[in-house]
Amino acid sequence: MVYAFLIHTLRAPQAQEDTGFCRVLYSCFFGAENSTDDSSPHSAERDRLLRKEQMLAVARQVESMYQLQQQASGRPFLDLQPQSSDEPVPVHEAPRGAFHLTAGNPFQEPRTVMWLGILSFGFALVLDAHDNLLLAESTLKLLTRLLFDHLRLLAPGSNLLLRADHIESILIRFLPHGQLLFLNDQFVQCLEKELNATCSR
Amino acid sequence: MAAERLLQQAREVTPAELRALCARVSSLLREAADGPDALDGLRRLFLVVSATKYPRTLEPPLPEQLWASLGTAHPEPLRLLCAAVLRELPPAGPARDPQDAWQLSLEASVLLAQGDRRGQVDALGRHVFSLLGGRHPEGPGLRRLLPVVCRASSLAPRCLKKDQTDLLSKRLADWLRYASVQQGAAVSSGGFFTPRARQPGPVTELDGVVATEFFTVLSTGQRFTDDQWLNVQAFSMLRAWLLLCGPGAPDADDRSELEGSTLSVLSASGSLRTPRERLRETAFEYCRRLLEQSGRCALRKADVELQKACLAEALLVLDVLCAQDSSFLYRSLSCLKGLQARLCGDPAWVRTLLPLAHFLLSHGDAAALDAGAVCQHLLQWVPAELYHSPLLAFELLRFCRDHARLLGAPLALNFPSLLKLLAWNSPPLTAEFAALLPVLVDANTAPEMLQALLDLPCLAAALDLQLRSQPTVSERPLWDTSLKVPGCLDAFRDPQLHGLFQHLLRTRAGGRPQRLSPLFQPLQPMARCPRVVQCTQAVPVLLQAFFSAVMPLANGTLARELAQLLLERSDSLFQVPHYPAAVHRVLGQQLLALCRVQPPLVAELEKDLLCFLGGRGALLPCVVWAVGEFLSVSWTRRCTAELISRFFEALEALLFEVTQARPPAASWCPPELVTALMTALAKLASRSQDLIPRVSLSLSKMRSLALSGVAGMEEAAIGSRATELLQLLKMPGAAQLVLTPSPQAAHLRYHRDTNTALPLALHTVRRLLDREAGLVPG
Repeated sequence: MVYAFLIHTLRAPQAQEDTGFCRVLYSCFFGAENSTDDSSPHSAERDRLLRKEQMLAVARQVESMYQLQQQASGRPFLDLQPQSSDEPVPVHEAPRGAFHLTAGNPFQEPRTVMWLGILSFGFALVLDAHDNLLLAESTLKLLTRLLFDHLRLLAPGSNLLLRADHIESILIRFLPHGQLLFLNDQFVQCLEKELNATCSR
Repeated sequence: MAAERLLQQAREVTPAELRALCARVSSLLREAADGPDALDGLRRLFLVVSATKYPRTLEPPLPEQLWASLGTAHPEPLRLLCAAVLRELPPAGPARDPQDAWQLSLEASVLLAQGDRRGQVDALGRHVFSLLGGRHPEGPGLRRLLPVVCRASSLAPRCLKKDQTDLLSKRLADWLRYASVQQGAAVSSGGFFTPRARQPGPVTELDGVVATEFFTVLSTGQRFTDDQWLNVQAFSMLRAWLLLCGPGAPDADDRSELEGSTLSVLSASGSLRTPRERLRETAFEYCRRLLEQSGRCALRKADVELQKACLAEALLVLDVLCAQDSSFLYRSLSCLKGLQARLCGDPAWVRTLLPLAHFLLSHGDAAALDAGAVCQHLLQWVPAELYHSPLLAFELLRFCRDHARLLGAPLALNFPSLLKLLAWNSPPLTAEFAALLPVLVDANTAPEMLQALLDLPCLAAALDLQLRSQPTVSERPLWDTSLKVPGCLDAFRDPQLHGLFQHLLRTRAGGRPQRLSPLFQPLQPMARCPRVVQCTQAVPVLLQAFFSAVMPLANGTLARELAQLLLERSDSLFQVPHYPAAVHRVLGQQLLALCRVQPPLVAELEKDLLCFLGGRGALLPCVVWAVGEFLSVSWTRRCTAELISRFFEALEALLFEVTQARPPAASWCPPELVTALMTALAKLASRSQDLIPRVSLSLSKMRSLALSGVAGMEEAAIGSRATELLQLLKMPGAAQLVLTPSPQAAHLRYHRDTNTALPLALHTVRRLLDREAGLVPG
């Protein structure tokens, strides 16, 4: 099962100084790891702090994997330019990859991170070590396409930070409680219709 | 960037501002919860609480209102946002009593994300099971609950009671096997008594043919019924569930408890079956059908990906089934017949070979099936041809790591192929490969592996050229098109270099070792290729991992071979900026480590070392140090006075040369080399004391040379080292104690125990030295 999902910023490989920091724009834990000492009064706060730090650690690692992959393939980095939002998002050609996180670094259990980078956004699934990566990959592509379509990320001035309800609506259908679903295309279309009906209300 | 500014603002919201926002949202939720303002307010609130890692406190009664809003008939976006805000807050309040499955699902998402502190997940699990146990557990609500079951059960396995797991196993089996084979009707909001508009057609396979068997995730139609949705959910959670309640789980199958159970059914053979057994049976049939369906030619492109994922999942489920009940083994074999040939023949399906190989490795012995062919294909052909797919590379290396023991010797033999995955995808795979190295290294292939690791950047360059020289298949080339390397391509096609490139790109270990240095020059333009540079950064890490794996195996022969290689290769590296220096740091350290493991090495390598001392190699300081440290009769009987004097002469000549060359050619002679030389000479002299006058002469020369010039830090260090050594050599007994301690001196006892002579002796020597050198008043 998926442990967490996150969306974060991606920066161009070269110009790191003037483009700020790698920021987590949205993150969602589906089943939190508990710290061992439940007794202390602030342990819930500390665990939340830890979870936020873990997400940032994953985001940074994804960003550097993305940058290194882009550098190696010699592809220019495309910054998010306001462009025609009618064009389909090139999710299928988007750079993507996976890497392993050993136990304790930063999660208690060993995890696999599957990521996809498109324009200036990174999308990542934090998975259990033995999840079906083929399914995870197609789910991640599907989520990315839906997020781009529904949040109109290509359009100028759109901001996903203030549209968390759209992200939640997508996740609750296509990744409910972190469960990867075997959805064939027709199921996806049915869910999308349902999604459109909810979001347009 | 707009997002950056917005995040900053959200973080800077003061407690007073947050209070105002809470008050506003609170009143909106009370008065106009369904309006756009409430939604907008909650969106802002979510941003403010989620943007910072520090806790935010929401003024009462807002948290309570948020909880309450999960359950009312509010629009979905509002309920989702309330749940999202609650996830960011600390756990609070007792478990509620949700009205329906939707609300329970939302509450579960909050509890699960906050972490279970009060055993609430337990309670949640019980609640979900009670809903599942209802008379008609169908309907859209259930769809929302199934994923919660799996998650809650894995977080709190204690919440699983036998009757509950049996219940769910039974339901899952029903959903998997008996979902409707008619398409869903075109009704949306009509409710329970809406008349059927039109008879829906039967479901079809992905290739459009009408399905003749039961419904699966690879069956399709225009619309779907509730039980078809549950079928999808059930298969999605099947593997996790089978593992959760398999043998070894609490309350695993116990036939004695079966009597009178209403859930048990009679199987075809007439024997009683537990619900779990029935679920396994159903799961098996389902997987068998998926394997068949995955071979159909899907009409939609997106479905081809799903077919692959389903095939992989079916194989993984079969593996679990066979592990839990070996009677499935023989039945699985007929399903797998032909699969291997189909998958090996189509590169697009290569990733599904991994679960197949996993199955064959785990059960092949019992089923008299040979995993050899698939594994050979995966270890040799796949990396050699498909190294450029990052996800395949990742999965394949993980597969090797997970199955290292089962794969056995072929894994080590195919390391040159696996290195291609690494050379092309070094950033995400370096750690994986380093962890795999201990399995790949054996005494026979270790020298070849060392060479291959040092040549990894060359391999990356050669792979790039290999892709460039092939006819382009895709529109998007896989290599860096901004880099034009016509000269390198010519070299790649040059018949004279062909053999070397073939050797570099070999897929198996063994064969005649070859020196690849003739390739370095022609490949030089590739040295600025980012992929090659990334490789050079991975090599030092891998070398460390390699040596820690090889040290325990290093007997006399292997250590000698590796040390010779180190010496030779230290000056024969692909010239990428910073690469040789980084590699030398590791090699120098490891040369000394090898000598430490096999101290007679220095005496045995007399020829190589003497020859190396005559050159200008980068490892010179390490070699000099190794000679001083390990050329001693206490390490090897072969260390005669003649041997010592031969090395002594070589070192003396080198020191002379170095000092003559300074300062104009100082660049190659760092001060650490000078001090290492002086120390090594003194050490040798302490062992063969008739050399003391000669070394004293050299040392005094060095001292006056160092002190006569412009006194920089380096010269001062050289001068003081020369002085110390000179003083020490005046007392041959003390010199021997300090410069040639017996191997036992390394024993912890001599350092821990204040009563032994060692600390006392060292202290005394230090005092004597300092006094003689005039550093402290007598």
